[in-house]
Order: sequence, then C-alpha cells, then structure tokens
Amino acid sequence: MNIIKNKYWFFLISGLVIVPGLYGLIRWGIRPGIDFTGGTLLEFKINPQQTVNNNEIRQLVNGQNIEVGSIQSTGGNEFILRLKPITKEEKEKLTSAMIDKYGQVDEERYETVGPTVGKETTENAIKAVVVASVAIIGYIALAFRKIPKPYSSWKFGVAAVVALIHDVLVVIGIFSLLGHFYHVEIDGLFITALLTVMGFSVHDTIVVFDRIRENLRKMGGAPFAQIVNDSIVQTLTRSLSTSLTVLFTLFALLLFGGESIRWFVVALLVGIASGTFSSIFNAAPFLVVWDEIS
Amino acid sequence: MRRPQFILWVILFITVIAMIIVVPQTSIKFNLGPYKIDRTLHPRVISINAGPLRLYKDFRTRLGLDLSGGTHLVLEANMLGITSDDRDRAFASSVQVVERRVNLYGLAEPIVQQAKVGDSYRIIVEIPGVANIEEAVALVGRTAQLTFWEEASDSAKVATPSSYRDIYPVQTNLSGKNLKKANVSFDPNTGKPAVSLEFDQEGAQIFEQLTGRNIGKTIAIFLDQDLLSAPQVNEAIAGGQAVIQGDFTTQAAKQLSVALNAGALPVPLTVVEQRQIGATLGSESIQKSIIAGAIGLFIIGLFMVVNYGFLGLIADVALATYALVTFALFKTIPVTLTLAGIAGFILSVGMAVDANILIFERMKEEMRWGKDRLTALTLGFDRAFPSIRDSNISSLITCAILYWFGTGIVRGFAITLAVGIIVSLFSAITVTKTLLRLVYKH
Repeated sequence: MNIIKNKYWFFLISGLVIVPGLYGLIRWGIRPGIDFTGGTLLEFKINPQQTVNNNEIRQLVNGQNIEVGSIQSTGGNEFILRLKPITKEEKEKLTSAMIDKYGQVDEERYETVGPTVGKETTENAIKAVVVASVAIIGYIALAFRKIPKPYSSWKFGVAAVVALIHDVLVVIGIFSLLGHFYHVEIDGLFITALLTVMGFSVHDTIVVFDRIRENLRKMGGAPFAQIVNDSIVQTLTRSLSTSLTVLFTLFALLLFGGESIRWFVVALLVGIASGTFSSIFNAAPFLVVWDEIS
Repeated sequence: MRRPQFILWVILFITVIAMIIVVPQTSIKFNLGPYKIDRTLHPRVISINAGPLRLYKDFRTRLGLDLSGGTHLVLEANMLGITSDDRDRAFASSVQVVERRVNLYGLAEPIVQQAKVGDSYRIIVEIPGVANIEEAVALVGRTAQLTFWEEASDSAKVATPSSYRDIYPVQTNLSGKNLKKANVSFDPNTGKPAVSLEFDQEGAQIFEQLTGRNIGKTIAIFLDQDLLSAPQVNEAIAGGQAVIQGDFTTQAAKQLSVALNAGALPVPLTVVEQRQIGATLGSESIQKSIIAGAIGLFIIGLFMVVNYGFLGLIADVALATYALVTFALFKTIPVTLTLAGIAGFILSVGMAVDANILIFERMKEEMRWGKDRLTALTLGFDRAFPSIRDSNISSLITCAILYWFGTGIVRGFAITLAVGIIVSLFSAITVTKTLLRLVYKH
C-alpha cells in the first residue's frame, strides 16, 4: 500500500473536508454562546397540558420590556431563551408572568454571564490554544531530538502541529456549519474539546513518528519517502485501533450520555476522527513534502 | 525487576482497597434457602481519634453543581471607594462576610473561593441544593452592616433572653461607616494580642458619649445578625481610639479585626455570573453517564478479546482494575465530579487501552520476526514504551494548559482526564506486564 505516492490525493480529501467549513467560517462565523458574549440563558419547561409556540413566548418576554436574543424549542414544551444579561428581579417577573399565563413553569437552568467575564473567557481560550500549540511543538522537538542527521527534530514538531491545525480547522469549520444550520453554540466546553483534540491528535501522530525514527536508524540508506511509507504501513493497525477504542467510548457517550454535553461529545468525536486521519495521511506525508522541497 | 508474584500481591491489595472505597451505599437483600442476607453497605469512613492522632476522612463521591443541582455565583467587589492600600484587607473582609452568610443557611457544603483576576476582586460561591436559593443569593450580595448596641436598661431587662438581641435591644447611632479601620495590636506591657479600633470624627464623639453612659456595662458589636464581640467598658473613651482586650489568640484577634473591617470598609458586591441548575437534570445525567460508561467499557472489552484473544482478556482485567482504582482515587483526593469530568473519565478509559494495544501490536511483530513468547513480551513492552510515554505526556500537557486557563467545569475535566491518564499508565504497563509474566512462566 503506497500512501506516500498518493499523498496529494489525501491532501485533497483533507481539503474537501476543510473547505466547506472554512466557507462557513468566513461567511457566517461561529455562534458564540453566553460564556463568550455575556448574556442570559433561561431553559424552562411549560405545563405539558398547554400548547405554546415560540411567538407567544416572544410576545410575553417583550411584554416585560426584555429584548429577545433567540428562542429555541427543544420539544415537549421545553424552551431555551437567550437574552442580553437581565437582573434576577427581571427574571423573577418574567417567570411570574409565565406562570400566570400557563399555570406551571419549571425552571431547568438559569445562567447569566456578565460581559467582562465573557471577554476574559474569550481571551483565555485563544491564549490556551496558542500556548498548547507552542508547548506541543516544543515537546516533540525535545522528544525527537535524537533523530539521526540530516533530519531535524523541529521539522517533526512542525509537521505534528500542521496536522493539529488541520484538526482544529475541521472541528471549528463543522461547528460553524452546525451553528448556522442548527443554531449550535460554542461554549467553554467546546474549547475544552478543542484542546483535548489537540492533545490526542499529537498522541496519534507520535505513534507514527516514533516508528519513522526507529526505521531511520535501521534503514538509514533508503530514500526518506520509502522509510516514511513503510513506517505508516507498519503502524496503520495500531493507529486505527487506538483511535477506535476512544471513538467507541465517545459513541457510547453520545448515544447514552447526558444532554448537556451532547455537542461537547460531538466536537470530540469529529476532532479525534480527524486527528486519526491527519496523523496517518497528513503529518507524515507533510514531512516527505518538506524533505522533497529542501 | 522484582519478582512478579510480589507485584501481583501489591496490585491485588490496591484493587481490594479500591473496591472498598468505591462501594456506594447499597442494601443487599436476598433469600436463598435457609440463608437470608439483609445488610446495608455504607461508604467507608475513616475516623481515628486516639490521643495525638486525629484523622477523619470520608469517601463520599463529591458531585459538582451540574450533577447535584444548585447555584454557582461569581460576585465582583466594587473597590472604587477604597484606597489601594486597604483593598486586600477589604477584600478579605468581604470574603469572610460572604462565607458567614452562606453558612448561615446551613446548606450542605457551600464553597466560597477568592479569585483575583487582574484588577478585579472576585468571589466564587457554590451552593448545592435548591431550596431557598433566591433568598440566599439576595442575602449574599448585600453590603455588610456593622452596628453597635447597648444593653437593656434595668427596667427593660428580659428575664430569660432567647437571643442576643434580647440582651442588647438598644441600637446606637454608631455604625460601620464611622469605623475607619480595625487592626490587630499587641499590648505594650503583656504582649498579648488585642484589637484596636479607630473611629472617624463623628464616630469618636458618639463613641465618647456611648462609653460614658455605659461604664461597667458591655457594648455589643453586631455584623449583620452575628454578635462579634461584647467588650466591657471601663471608662469613657475620647479621641476615637479604642482597644478591645481579652484572652485573644493572635488568630482570634485577626478574625475579629477582619470581621470589623467588613463593616468599616464596606465593599458593594455585584453578581457578574450566575448559574442555576435544577436537580432533576443532574440525577438523570448521572444515570445516563453510568450507562454510557458501562457500555463503552463492554465494547472495548469485546474489541480487545476479538483482536488479541487471550492477551486481550488480560488487558480487560487490567482495564477493570484501572477503572476501579481511578474511581477510588476520585473519591479519595477528592475530585469533584462534573458531567464533563465524568466524560473525561470515560474518555480516559478509551485511552487506557491504547498502551496495551501498542504493546500487543509490538509483541505480534516481534514474534513475526522470530522471537519466542517471553522475549517478545519483554521487547514489546520495552520498545513500545517511548511511544506510550511521549503520547501520554502530550495529553498531560494539554490537561495542564486546560487547568491553567480554565475555570470550574473545565478544570474538573482536566483533573479527571489527567488522573485517568496517570493511572492508565500504571495499569497498562505494570498490571498487564505482571499478569502476563506470571502466565507465560507456566
């Protein structure tokens, strides 16, 4: 199986996955949740014996002089209301008004985030992603410092990060599309998923790089492309297996786990699947391309 | 490498301890012929109280707010009226006030934490449980009131006082806004700790009159509803400087001065973040996560056996040990579990097998290259180790970054994932290797 020979096909596949996401990012951006923008989120369940629709809710909220950001109905008379930050008193008045109209209203969740906290969360998220990338390049360069010449360990580090950036773009891109078509929002947990994906993507890449290092010592004379290809083929089973076990647990979580982490698990699933693909079909071929160019 | 039998005993010991720690409160009841069993298992509690040795450790599972239901508040202290020298002191006082108020409600295990972020002074409050939340939140955010009260005059004395307010029903004009600050001081003669008070001009006058009226009696100082101190007045005090003496330890003097400062340097608090989770959402989530975790474990177990046969079975045993020990660790450290934290745990279970897979694949290769089983085993472990070490370290690096930059729920995830990874290294390598060595020797 010659993966290296077909490397441009695999780059193409990556491109096909990333491009729609990038388009979505540029055109619509992602939907930041209240963790980043500040605001109020109210999730409530109305008396199941009543029929209620979004417009009625909107009118009711506007009647309290509160501007509605968005109303999402999640079935069974359950609604998620997003607003600019409101005070507790305003929320109490709103809930009373709802109870007056519908009889019974259960409040499942009430979250308010002030705008400064939101800004800080955004800054911290960006810093975290940047620091993680740098730390990872550094660590790989360190771990692979005993690469026989003329290959440099920095190249390995950069290749790993390129694969990592690929994964990050895939996840963000997909969530941009999800945000646009399904109103899915980004919250603090999304950033967590992103960083976990980064860590795991490298996890996988290292397995391949490790084999390349070993083969470089054993097969020193052979052309680089061949060494890399052999390494990939030899480690294919284990790369796929290790990812498969993680994906199994994530699928179990997706199907049977709690509601509130649903999108968190989706982000992890997409990211780790992408991470596996990029470790095998992007990171190592990238090394070859770089080698061919220089 | 020490003898595998010894290590096996160590592993068994650890596993049994883990099982004891992990057992939740369950009742066992069954009838089998003449045998009848009806017992309730309680989570273990270690309580040692023997002379100088005191130890209390209970092994409940600690649940985060999103699982137990409750309120998460972040209050920001408005420091505009306070000079920068006094800020830290004022902040410490306001944190103490918030703690007192939250404890007042007798709610289970509230958590009050300080958080200074750049220039902002913040207090994080977590109140599990749902009853009386609105009241608690309203109370927590109010500015502290420091008030001074006099004893009842003889004619009005209550025979059997039921509260401090009965003893001290007369409120004075002196209040927190007259107190400039309170400090811990040391008696120049005896060196004993005391608390010194400094009043402003208006306060000094009121205080002079107050002490003049009450020589030989006591004056009560209240912070909100709590009696802080009721010192006896020995003489009229002019000039606004007073000292409260008594049998204070330095610690007690410090606490009193902090409480007094809460009234002296009042810091208005605003709620900048509030999250309320209903309890039903929480318990459903726990159930679902347990099911998901169990299913995940089962599928992985199956996968390992299908792919690696007997080796896979051994890996499954190691995996079970892993899950037990990790969860026991969560109970022991203790780690507060949030939904994301549980997801982190389940994720680490998936990652725990990775090390085993790498080792087994390597073993298959070595045997293909002609080595015998025992050698392939050793080589498999040794050669696979660098990959395992490097890849897990990179995951640990991201956990560290998540912990550093994240808050609350994110940190919970980072901790459970990190603990999981570390334990998985132990279980995959030590446990599997030991079991296999023993098996292969026979």
